[in-house]
Amino acid sequence: MRRIAVHSILIAVSIGVLYPVLWVVKMAFTPSQTFAGASTSWNFHPTLANFHDVVSSHDLAGRWLFGRQLANSIVVAFAVTFVGLTLSTSAAYALSRFRFRGREASLRAFLISQMFPGVVTSIPLYVLLDRLGLLNHLAGLVLVYATTAVPFCVFMLKGYFDSLPRELEEAVLLDGGTHFDAFWRVALPLARPALAVTALFSFLTAWNEFILAYIFMSQPTAFTLPVAIQRYVGEYTTEWGHFAAAAILVSLPVMVLFFALQKHLVGGLTAGGIKG
Amino acid sequence: MIGTLLLAAQVVLWHSYREDEQRGLEAAVVQWNRGHPDQAVDPVAVPHDGFAYKIEAAIPHGQGPDVWIFAHERIADWSHAQLLMPLSGVDTQPFLPATVESLRQGGQLYGLPLAFKTLALYCRSDLVPKPPTTIDEIDPFCRAQRSAGRFCLAYEAASFYHHAPWLHGEGGTILDPTGRPHLATAPAVRSLRFVRKLVEQGWIPEETTGALVGELFNQGRAACTINGPWFRGEIQAGVAVTVLPLPKHLATGVRAAPLLTVEAGLVSAQAQRPEAALAFLVWLAGPEGARVRARIGHQPVAVSRLWEEPELASDPLLTPFRAQLDASVPMVSSPAMRATWEPAQQALRRVLRGAFEPEAALRDADRQIALALAPRPRSVSPIPYVWIGGAGALALLLWAVRRMRLSPRGPAIAYAYLAPSLLALLLLALVPFAVGAGISLFDYDGATWRFVGGAQFRQILANHDLGDPLNFYFTLAITLLWTFANVTLHVAIGVLLALLLRDPWLRLRGLYRVLLVVPWAVPNYITALIWKGMFHRQFGAINHLLAVLGIAPVSWFSHFWTAFTANLVTNVWLGFPFMMVVTLGALARLPRELEEAALLDGASRGQLVRRIILPFIAPQLVPAVVLGAVWTFNMFNVVFLVSSGEPDGATDILVSQAYRWAFTRGHRYGYAAAFAVLIFVVLWLQSRWVRRFQRETA
Repeated sequence: MRRIAVHSILIAVSIGVLYPVLWVVKMAFTPSQTFAGASTSWNFHPTLANFHDVVSSHDLAGRWLFGRQLANSIVVAFAVTFVGLTLSTSAAYALSRFRFRGREASLRAFLISQMFPGVVTSIPLYVLLDRLGLLNHLAGLVLVYATTAVPFCVFMLKGYFDSLPRELEEAVLLDGGTHFDAFWRVALPLARPALAVTALFSFLTAWNEFILAYIFMSQPTAFTLPVAIQRYVGEYTTEWGHFAAAAILVSLPVMVLFFALQKHLVGGLTAGGIKG
Repeated sequence: MIGTLLLAAQVVLWHSYREDEQRGLEAAVVQWNRGHPDQAVDPVAVPHDGFAYKIEAAIPHGQGPDVWIFAHERIADWSHAQLLMPLSGVDTQPFLPATVESLRQGGQLYGLPLAFKTLALYCRSDLVPKPPTTIDEIDPFCRAQRSAGRFCLAYEAASFYHHAPWLHGEGGTILDPTGRPHLATAPAVRSLRFVRKLVEQGWIPEETTGALVGELFNQGRAACTINGPWFRGEIQAGVAVTVLPLPKHLATGVRAAPLLTVEAGLVSAQAQRPEAALAFLVWLAGPEGARVRARIGHQPVAVSRLWEEPELASDPLLTPFRAQLDASVPMVSSPAMRATWEPAQQALRRVLRGAFEPEAALRDADRQIALALAPRPRSVSPIPYVWIGGAGALALLLWAVRRMRLSPRGPAIAYAYLAPSLLALLLLALVPFAVGAGISLFDYDGATWRFVGGAQFRQILANHDLGDPLNFYFTLAITLLWTFANVTLHVAIGVLLALLLRDPWLRLRGLYRVLLVVPWAVPNYITALIWKGMFHRQFGAINHLLAVLGIAPVSWFSHFWTAFTANLVTNVWLGFPFMMVVTLGALARLPRELEEAALLDGASRGQLVRRIILPFIAPQLVPAVVLGAVWTFNMFNVVFLVSSGEPDGATDILVSQAYRWAFTRGHRYGYAAAFAVLIFVVLWLQSRWVRRFQRETA
């Protein structure tokens, strides 16, 4: 009985949540480029024309733009996830396990860095990357995105490390292991759920960003997918069919990634035999 | 070696053309490159959104294009900021005079006209045997279409750009002969009354956006539309259309005159090979390039004699624009004109939604324009600021060092773990932040920076008129409300769903989880606009749903609370998956034994959640809430896309105001930076308050 109630709630919520997305799906499979909002008709012949157009975009020199842009997006998003998690797990571990001079100040710096609106920082960042020679390089984007994602990841992971018992790590140290062993072999594996959440967050930070990717990169072959998608929005009109198809293509990898990560978010298990 | 030589020889061209226009331009480039291999052009297609911003960032650092294509409105700014190379020795004889005149600045030519954009009347041939050619015919025409169950006209009635033709048709102007805006005039009142009648009679649709116009026209639910040459690509295959110039007054003979935009080819002041760039531009704008762009790109090109050639003269969708050109008013790009857009648009919307009489709305607009054109702050000497800033920094440093001394040094390994992320943070977040904050002490006029000290802060904070939605304190209150409402709902819905979704024995758990993160995964530009469409008064799904429940349709964007709700619903939809995922991560640690023990002890489900689960997930949830609040405070996308600040800017939040100052109200970056600093101060105070609250409750 309870199970039926839970399922009916979840089904109702899912339908409500997915309703707006159905319009995106409709636009993507309708060959025209008009917006679908006013017409309530679901009577149309679905075609893959929009997907075909989006995927097969080439530039004048015959380079396959979509392929390169997809590759850029994947490289950047995974690199940001890797760099972001490397930076934030180590920082969060230090902030959780050690008491040291400057700890409070660092925590505050992480929070403060999120408070300044991007409207005035993008030009200084541009100049900075130019000086560092990182303009027009994906590495520059990776660094900027990772820095944007790190504060949340640090807070999330620090909270998680705080709640893990220290006894196991202390046992490692007693057995002659180093601090790094305690961190790498014990704390990290136990923090899997938090790592899954922060990985998804870092990935998405990079995956959907438009304006910095646009300003920092000057070659269509170096653009990421959000920039490519925004190309369908013109000064006067928008190619809604192409835009919707591209939006769906862009969201699929995110869903696949989340599906893969969500098995680490298992509730109610006593992870690794640790009792809370 | 040869490769690098070729690359060096290239002229880089940036443009934001799409579809036909892009094909036309690229065909022209291919033709040029075949004849000029040593001056080959590399066309780079970029998004239109943010194009101007990218240009302004790139050119001063030598990263920009050699040639780019943009509407003429920015020429005044860009020539002033010395981004443009003045063109000398170019023969302007081949071009339509009206198109060349817009490209001059102080007698100097700064670009070549490629094409012009203006508005004309499109009608469906199947529904309209005889389109109206005079304004007097519109009444009977609309009545007839109405009785056939159609809108006679669908156009963006609430956009001032689309309203301008009616104003000019009544004999009015936006700027007086001295260049000052004057909106409260008899012709302007007449034009507003005219459009109000169209809406009141139900002849034209309400709350029209460009997307809705195309949809209604293609479905045959609207007989005609007022649109530009770009609309050609929107028309569905099989729909036959007639295009003709806008109607005129029978009595006076004055034609409704739209604004004229000239698409200009511009040469960068930093061009690597200015001669090659100019040679290409002259060719592209000239007869040969124009012919290709007209034939393939269907552009209304600026070369006058091409309009006599049969290919162009026989295109029934293009020639009406040539006729309309003679009855159009070139768009002025002075600061006065830029200050006019927003108030004029507001007046138009107020009248259309029936909140104001035309006279009152226009008088109020004039008052707002005068405020916006108030003299800029005076330059002041930076020396006292340097002293105060230096002393403040020193005091802060001493204080920090003293506080640091109080705590024990701690192990070196802690610093090793922390250093990389702090270094990145310092360089890529705090340094740009400091520079951005410094900008707030300067006034930017589109070209030069002037030190004005704290004058911009005083200007923002001195406006105490709480009835004015642009007032800082009003917007601050809205922003706080916006943040609080969003975060509360994000957390409530996210936690609730996570609790439902964590049960390991729940079937299809993985599927539900993935379905519920979809709003986070799909780019929000498109979903926010779909939500906006769902809140449309006449056609939106929400009002359809309300109608089923027997509730009268709501004009969501005409009232503050309903517009705020529309924004809120959209942002809650976008934001709850994040909180859900965070909660799922936190719940993963919760040992089942703890819950079972509590339930065995006779705890109710409510008690279990309040006493056991919430305290347990707090360490992860609190940082997510604090950061979520900061992000929501600065989340301008939804406000921009859904309500666009309607009504009258009342639903704008602080950061969307900052964006408007930086981009739509005349590129006042310094003023926007002052807003950003104030946003930072508010958030910082808020976080201190949260910490105190946490400490007291802990």
